[in-house]
Amino acid sequence: MNGIEQTLIGGIAGGTAIVIPSLGELTSELAGIVNLGTEGCMLAGALGAYAVTVATGSAEIGVAGGAIAGAVFGLLHAYLTIYRKADQLTSGLVVWFLALGVTGVLGTSYVNDVITPLPVISIGGLSKVPWLGPILFHQDLLVYVGYVLVPLIIFILHRTRIGLLLRSTGERPEVVSVAGNRPNLIQATAVTIGALLAGVGGAQLSVGYVGTWFDDMTSGYGFVAVAVVLFASWKPLRVMVGAYIFGVALSAESVLQTNGIAINQYLLDALPYLVTLIALVIVSRKGGRKAPEALNRALIDVT
Amino acid sequence: MLRKFTFLKRRLLKLFVTVGGVASLLVTLASCGTSTASASSSGGTTTVGFIMVGSRSDYGYNQAVYVASQTVAKEMNNIKVITADNIPENSSVTQTMQAMVNQGAKIIFATSYGYFPYALKFAKSHPTVTVLHQGGYLTGKFPANFGTYWGEAFEPVSLGGMAAGSVTKTNKLGFVYAFPIPQTIDNIDAFELGAQSVNPKAKTYVVNTSNWCDPLKQKEAAAALLAQGADVLSQHQDCQAAVIEAAKQAHAYVVGYHYDASSLDPSGWLTGSVWNWAPLYKSIISTILSGHFKGSKYNANFVGSFAAHNNPLVLAPFGKAVSPAMRSKILAEEAKLKAGASIFKGPIYCQNGQLLVPPGVTPTYAQINNFSCFVKGVVGTIPQG
Repeated sequence: MNGIEQTLIGGIAGGTAIVIPSLGELTSELAGIVNLGTEGCMLAGALGAYAVTVATGSAEIGVAGGAIAGAVFGLLHAYLTIYRKADQLTSGLVVWFLALGVTGVLGTSYVNDVITPLPVISIGGLSKVPWLGPILFHQDLLVYVGYVLVPLIIFILHRTRIGLLLRSTGERPEVVSVAGNRPNLIQATAVTIGALLAGVGGAQLSVGYVGTWFDDMTSGYGFVAVAVVLFASWKPLRVMVGAYIFGVALSAESVLQTNGIAINQYLLDALPYLVTLIALVIVSRKGGRKAPEALNRALIDVT
Repeated sequence: MLRKFTFLKRRLLKLFVTVGGVASLLVTLASCGTSTASASSSGGTTTVGFIMVGSRSDYGYNQAVYVASQTVAKEMNNIKVITADNIPENSSVTQTMQAMVNQGAKIIFATSYGYFPYALKFAKSHPTVTVLHQGGYLTGKFPANFGTYWGEAFEPVSLGGMAAGSVTKTNKLGFVYAFPIPQTIDNIDAFELGAQSVNPKAKTYVVNTSNWCDPLKQKEAAAALLAQGADVLSQHQDCQAAVIEAAKQAHAYVVGYHYDASSLDPSGWLTGSVWNWAPLYKSIISTILSGHFKGSKYNANFVGSFAAHNNPLVLAPFGKAVSPAMRSKILAEEAKLKAGASIFKGPIYCQNGQLLVPPGVTPTYAQINNFSCFVKGVVGTIPQG
């Protein structure tokens, strides 16, 4: 196996832990709510998935646990920002800190537990495709979930009534309200689903690709997911590209070293961030969507 | 409308204070623990504080510190031990030290490499508190209430290298490390030299993560090494589970560091280097309590070694993959080190062929601590700052 293949294999697997949360954050932001607590929801998801896997012996059931754990913290963010009109950025940070503390306390004993992580699954014929097969189709379950999510989210957001309502809520919630819908409920749902996906991303770390639980194991990747959405100017395909590129660059950092290629260390450490930024600036040249108009704006009198 | 808004704001503020309070309480709960050896209060009891950079249950560096601190609490009379973990290497550690002093601590062990400047400064401003720093090296005058301590970590690490060199089929060993600090460079060099001593063809491939514990980066590093063909992985990270898990999935072998993690992968575990800090902690605390700290060996850069029979880093139990013949060979080598031999006896060459240690010369600890190149046989470069 050569370096480029390994870079892509590791990059897709690791990148999935950012792709899924960033698609969740996209959903939330299109409905008008920024969730800086994505990092916290990922952490909760990572621990939730690990704990459930330890309890049941099944990493697949663990993923469900991670999704629920992420969603619980999403509900808190939704309650604070939508129903208590809290500042979205502040509430997001509170959710992050809370998750950091809660998972730190509850997670202590799980560091010593050993699990069987999600197995690598080969997709029949597809995995036999020369070169690309082993890279794309010899991965764990959540990587495939990542593949399916992008078209699914594009379809829901742009081809269904629910998607239209969600995007309208992010632009003009008052109009949505006048039309007889409940923007608060739509936002709360979007935030919760977004956090659920963040939880699944956390699960990809703890019971998927890495296979261990550790305090603060998300190491800021949740914030990367939020940043990717911003730089991808709220376009799902670009979000996906940005998140995978980050994963691939992170993997390249290691592969370059094992091949004895010397690069300045500061540059190497900055590589994932730089490459993602540059790539997204380039793909956004054609102009993207503007930020949802009602993003980060508390609704005072609309219910 | 305005009134309603102000009312909302006030309620919000209240809510945030509550939520924030709960959050910080939980963080504090997560990071602070107290264990008391004797319940008696100030009557002759000395409070000792231990500060750790990571989680006390990391199956690595910090757990080794925590376990030893609990041994101190259990085995020493009239000692009250307080601990704080997950304290970052910034001014937080100064706050933590102050908080411990406010709780009556007279002795503080600051156990992470990056605590050094804060610990030294704190010692200077608090003459009545004795501050010990784990892993630091002070060139210059020591305050009367400050000391650093460490062990010749590279000795047991070289023995782990022997085990690795003996089982590898690909002659490629992988080493995941955090930062190119002197201790780590020494460890990588010793690991490779140990491996070479039993397998001249063995090469050590290195990857750095620029982080003491980032499981995703560790996994990527391990995956890259395994893809390169490495069939034994070792590491110098604070938390070691991610690398061990990666090796386990690939049916590769593991040489551990910091803490005996053989239970994570019993079949792949070869051996490792594990900290046994309790005897040293106890000796330091006794010296301070007896009033003889000033001017003692602990009021300096103390470095335990095999030769002096006080190395805090010891060889971990062997896994079943290490053959009986190899075990006795490694133990024989350990005995030689205890009798004064050194893994760094010259001639030793850098990667670029430059002579690092001249033939026949055994470098001092200070010299070894100044090594700035990987030895021949290591693949990878030292990151330039």
